[in-house]
Amino acid sequence: MANMLKLIKNPLSKENPIAVQVLGICSALAVTTQLKPAVVMSLSVMVVVALSNVIVSLLRNTIPSRIRIIVQLVIVSMMVILVDQFLKAFVYDVSKQLSVFVGLIITNCIVMGRLEAFALSHKPLPSFFDGIGNGLGYAVILIILGFVRELFGQGSLWGYKIMPESFFDAGYVNNGLMTMPAMALILVGVIIWIHRSRNEDLCEK
Amino acid sequence: MANKESNSYIFMYSTILVVVAAAVLAVAAVGLKPFQKKNQEIEKMQQLLTSAGIENDVKNAEELYKNCFVKELAVNKKGEVVSVYENGQQTEGEVRPFNIELSKELAKGEQAQFPIFVCKQEGKTIYVVPVHGKGLYDAIWGNIAIEEDLNTVAGALFDHKGETPGLGAEITNPNFPAQFKGKQIFENDEVKLAVVKGKKTAENFQVDAVTGATNTSNGVSNMLKDCLSNYVEYFKTLKTE
Repeated sequence: MANMLKLIKNPLSKENPIAVQVLGICSALAVTTQLKPAVVMSLSVMVVVALSNVIVSLLRNTIPSRIRIIVQLVIVSMMVILVDQFLKAFVYDVSKQLSVFVGLIITNCIVMGRLEAFALSHKPLPSFFDGIGNGLGYAVILIILGFVRELFGQGSLWGYKIMPESFFDAGYVNNGLMTMPAMALILVGVIIWIHRSRNEDLCEK
Repeated sequence: MANKESNSYIFMYSTILVVVAAAVLAVAAVGLKPFQKKNQEIEKMQQLLTSAGIENDVKNAEELYKNCFVKELAVNKKGEVVSVYENGQQTEGEVRPFNIELSKELAKGEQAQFPIFVCKQEGKTIYVVPVHGKGLYDAIWGNIAIEEDLNTVAGALFDHKGETPGLGAEITNPNFPAQFKGKQIFENDEVKLAVVKGKKTAENFQVDAVTGATNTSNGVSNMLKDCLSNYVEYFKTLKTE
C-alpha cells in the first residue's frame, strides 16, 4: 500500500508532469484563463490517463510490440472521445469553453508518456494509481494557474466576483495580461523556479 | 498462444481492437444523444433571447423562451409563409421553424425556408432572424433582432466555429454586436447594413470592423447580405397588411 501511495504522491512534486517533466504545457496555457475549465480539464485528463493506463496494463501481455503505439493511440482516443461526449451531455458550457482541447488530450504527452513508461510494464492496480497521481500532478499546476489568472485577470473565481468594488473605486484594475496565454507561460516558469529553489536536487548542475 | 509478432496475429489483434472501440463509442454516442440535443436546443434558445435583449441563463432559458417567443414562422424567398408554430403547436407546414438548419436551407435555392422568430415583450414585437455564413476558417452564424418597423436592428449576436481567438473570434465579444443596435438594414429593398473598415460612408448602415480580422469582418457583411435579403419579400407583405 505504501508503494501505491508513493505512486500518487511522487507526481505531485518531485516527478510533476508539468513542473519537472515539462509535459502537457500546451493545454496548461490554453485552458487556465478561468478556474472552472482548468478543473474540468484536469479531471478529464486524470480520467483519461488512469483508465487508459488500466486498459493498456490489462492488455500489456497481448499487445504486439511492433504496433504498440497504435494500440495505445486507439485506446487513448476512445477514452478521450467518451469523455468529450460526456462533457457535451452534462456540462455543455464548459465543453464549449474547452472546445478543441478535450480532443487534444489525445496528443497530451502525459498520457502517452505514462502508457509507455509505466502501464506497459506494470500491473493494472499500480497503473491506475500512477494515472491518478500524474493526473493530480497536472491538476495541481492547472488549478494554481487558473486560480491566479482568473483572480488577477478578471477579479473573480469560479465565475463569482471576488475583488470588492471598493478596490476598483480606489484605482485597482484587472490585469489584462493575465488572460493571455503568454502570462500563463511566465507563471509556469515562476512555479518551476519556486519548485526548484525548494528542491535543489532537481536543479541541473 | 500464437506468436505475438506474427503478421496474422497483428492483423487479428488490430481488427478486434478497432471493432470493440467502435462499438463502445457507438453505444455512448447513441445513449448520450438526447442529453446533447437538449443542451444544443437550450443554447439556441439562449442565443435567440440574448439577441432580443432578454437576459437569461441556462436554467430559465426554456421558460423565458416559451413566454417571449410566441410565434415561429418559416417563409420562402417569395415571401409566402410555409410553416407556423404557435403556442406550442404546429399550425401550418410540417417542420417546426425552430428545428430548421439555416446552413442546409441556404444551399437549397428556391426550395429554401427561412425561419423567423416573433418575440412579444412589454407590448413590443421583435422579429429575430438567424444568419449563417463563412468566416475566415469555418462557419459563422448569429441572430439579428429587428424592431417593429422591420428596418431597425434591435440587437444582434454572433458566434463562430473556428475563427482566431483575439481576432476573428472577437465577433462574439458583446461590444461588437452592440454596435449594430439602432442601425438600419434595408434601403430600396436591398441590404445596406454592413461592416466596414476605416471611415464610414453611411453612418446609419455601417458598423466598425474587428481590428485585425478583415476576412471575418467581410464574412459578417456577406452573411448579413445573403441572409437578410431573403426576408425582403416577406417583410413587404407584413408592411402592407
